[in-house]
Amino acid sequence: MTSTTVTPERSGFSLSEYIVCLNGIVWREALRFLHQRERFVSALVRPLVWLFIFAAGFRQVLGISIIPPYETYILYEVYIAPGLMAMIQLFNGMQSSLSMVYDREMGNMRTLLVSPLPRGYLLFCKLLAGTAVSLLQVYAFLVIAWFWDIAPPTIGYLTVLPALVLSGLMLGALGMLISASIKQLENFAGVMNFVIFPMFFASSALYPLWRVQEGSPMLYYICQCNPFTHAVELIRFALYGRMNWVSLAVVGGCTVVFMIGAILAYDPSRGLVRRGPGGGEA
Amino acid sequence: MTATDAHIASQLSPDAGPGTAAAVQPALSIGNVSHSYGPRRALIDVSFTVQSASFTALLGLNGAGKSTLFSLVTRLFGIQNGQIKIFGHDVSRTPGEALRLMGVVFQPRTLDLDLSLTQNLLYHAALHGISRREARLRSAEVLGRIGLADRAASKVRDLSGGQMRRLEIARALLHRPRLLLLDEATVGLDVKARADILDHVRQLVTEQGIGVLWATHLFDEIMPNDDLVVLHQGRMLAHGPMSRVIADAGAQDVNTAFMRLTGTATLAGRPPS
Repeated sequence: MTSTTVTPERSGFSLSEYIVCLNGIVWREALRFLHQRERFVSALVRPLVWLFIFAAGFRQVLGISIIPPYETYILYEVYIAPGLMAMIQLFNGMQSSLSMVYDREMGNMRTLLVSPLPRGYLLFCKLLAGTAVSLLQVYAFLVIAWFWDIAPPTIGYLTVLPALVLSGLMLGALGMLISASIKQLENFAGVMNFVIFPMFFASSALYPLWRVQEGSPMLYYICQCNPFTHAVELIRFALYGRMNWVSLAVVGGCTVVFMIGAILAYDPSRGLVRRGPGGGEA
Repeated sequence: MTATDAHIASQLSPDAGPGTAAAVQPALSIGNVSHSYGPRRALIDVSFTVQSASFTALLGLNGAGKSTLFSLVTRLFGIQNGQIKIFGHDVSRTPGEALRLMGVVFQPRTLDLDLSLTQNLLYHAALHGISRREARLRSAEVLGRIGLADRAASKVRDLSGGQMRRLEIARALLHRPRLLLLDEATVGLDVKARADILDHVRQLVTEQGIGVLWATHLFDEIMPNDDLVVLHQGRMLAHGPMSRVIADAGAQDVNTAFMRLTGTATLAGRPPS
């Protein structure tokens, strides 16, 4: 006969267990980010190229009238800064989903999914962790941009934080939803062509929507329906201490929809994606 | 009730509460489980139990359905038909309670190669809600037990295959589960590393009373005292103590028994559906 230690069982999870789990997932994501210095550098170089080169070139071509939240004429660089902040988060959200596909192929995702805590909560923690990483990138960008004379009101650095969290969650949730439906890592290149570029260019990130409307009413409506446009506008207004309620509603609503979709996609009992042996998709 | 169950039951006080009642349940109970990938049936009406403090070998060739079964038990796949319980907790209905009592080592490596040994363990501990301080204590303890204390700060990438497997087993035990699942845990390892890992897992059974389900396709990993489940093309062909499975098959050893069982299945016209 063998010796067996029997410990009384508990049911449910305490608040501290949830917090420990969240901390652990954010901590791991931060470690991974720090280990991938080139990821940090490339995340910064991309918007800075747009700011230093693209914006300088287009400054004389694209005139910006006085539109909210700006109270005076602004340089083109100032106009596109919020769009570039959102672009950092867009790329980060897709990068996170890429790493989820990679984790799934390498098997690391199983470690997360067999945790006893609710799967929806685990995915939400993963989402928060990705958003936290995007905040680091955005604030690093803002520091560099300040030296380029893009200086929003000091309070704007604080008021933009909730907007960045919400837009980061929305774009991360979208990335998570996409990652759940991607079968292989190789397929991810399609995300660049069919998600990132259309979302970015069909938005108010690079040009005000009234300009778009003058050129193409159809494109204007497409831009209006693009959640990324509203993420940009939410950030733009928050950076100047103001609130864009429509954008807040759209971004909040899309975050919920994308998040629910991602959780459903990763729920094996109600999965949108049929999984096959080995953890891949059948 | 088995001797082990009786021993466990004797440790329970009468007023121990409903939560402890699960301790007298089988560590793992699989009842009439079937699973299909589209038209292909991967598991067909599989039923067996794994008791606490027992070593159960799940024997089957590649493609027998072992990994699918593991994915169902660990809730990576939804259960289509049948029921899976861990110490009485239904995996579908109360997954949190069920998964908390189980540790698992998957066939593919699931360690983060760029993190250190300790960081991998701390991450796993966090996923089980174990506080950082407690996790550090447990990590140091398990790393010492598997002889990797001096490599605690090394990246996992620098370990050998056998060391990685030992680390994965240690990680699976970090939250002190009472059931351990290992899916082809010795694949790709040399003879010594295989023997070390098997010895380590058998020690867990005898010293800590953990129930083990060990999926393998290697006959020499099974011992006479083990329980044996033979899985072939999604069907369970035999279940019971190894000696009885061999006797029932009219064979002299497990190798011959397996060949006869699987040959019978094919000749009897029961190909996979």
